[in-house]
Amino acid sequence: MNNEEDNKEMKNLLKQVIAPAKDTELPRDLWPQMLRRLNEQPAAVVGVPWFDWALAAILGAVLILFPGSIPALLYHL
Amino acid sequence: MELLERFAAGDLGAFEELFRQHQKEVYAWTVRIVRDRGIAEDLTVETFWRIYKSRSRFDPAGNFCSWARRIATNAALDHLRHSRHETQLPEDLTATAGGDPAVCSERRRQIKQAFSDLPAKYRLVATLALIEEESYNNIAEAAGISVALVKVRVFRAVRMLRKKLSSLGVEVNAK
Repeated sequence: MNNEEDNKEMKNLLKQVIAPAKDTELPRDLWPQMLRRLNEQPAAVVGVPWFDWALAAILGAVLILFPGSIPALLYHL
Repeated sequence: MELLERFAAGDLGAFEELFRQHQKEVYAWTVRIVRDRGIAEDLTVETFWRIYKSRSRFDPAGNFCSWARRIATNAALDHLRHSRHETQLPEDLTATAGGDPAVCSERRRQIKQAFSDLPAKYRLVATLALIEEESYNNIAEAAGISVALVKVRVFRAVRMLRKKLSSLGVEVNAK
């Protein structure tokens, strides 16, 4: 059986159970909710990605474990 | 200055205008994926929140509609990932009246369960391709993946469903 026939059969089966969404009309204006969200969480706060924190932690650990690397690091900066 | 340029520059008035222009479209797209009106409303707000946060990365020469749809798809996918084992397909969006009466309620329940158990990324493409009959191109654009990958995911979703249903004793090729 090819993919197209396979998909068609599954489509027929699913359609007996799950209907395509018909009522997709937005029942109300969502701007008041949006405004509340904007007021709750100011977008100006800049988040630091987790991998930046991980890199900083690794660098800190290296500097503590190998203090001799500090001059080399400073030289390369 | 154009609306999209004002939005990218952080003008809240421009954002409100874009929100009012596009909220219906984002909601309609989202409800087709998550199949729950309340959740779709929350995800519409979440989508625009993400849009607002990323406004500085938006290219005003680009297509706002496509960008919004992609963000909405990601928000819906995140929801499907986190709610996979918690939610079932709501009754009001399932085919009860128009479906085949020969399909007994137990069989319906098993099929719905098998569909709900699909991993989120497969459920997303299967919902859009097999139930909503959205074109592969539109799905690919919205999900930010290639058309070939959409086809692969639909194929795998069908295979997973077939396997699960056959283990439950449900015949797939029932006409």
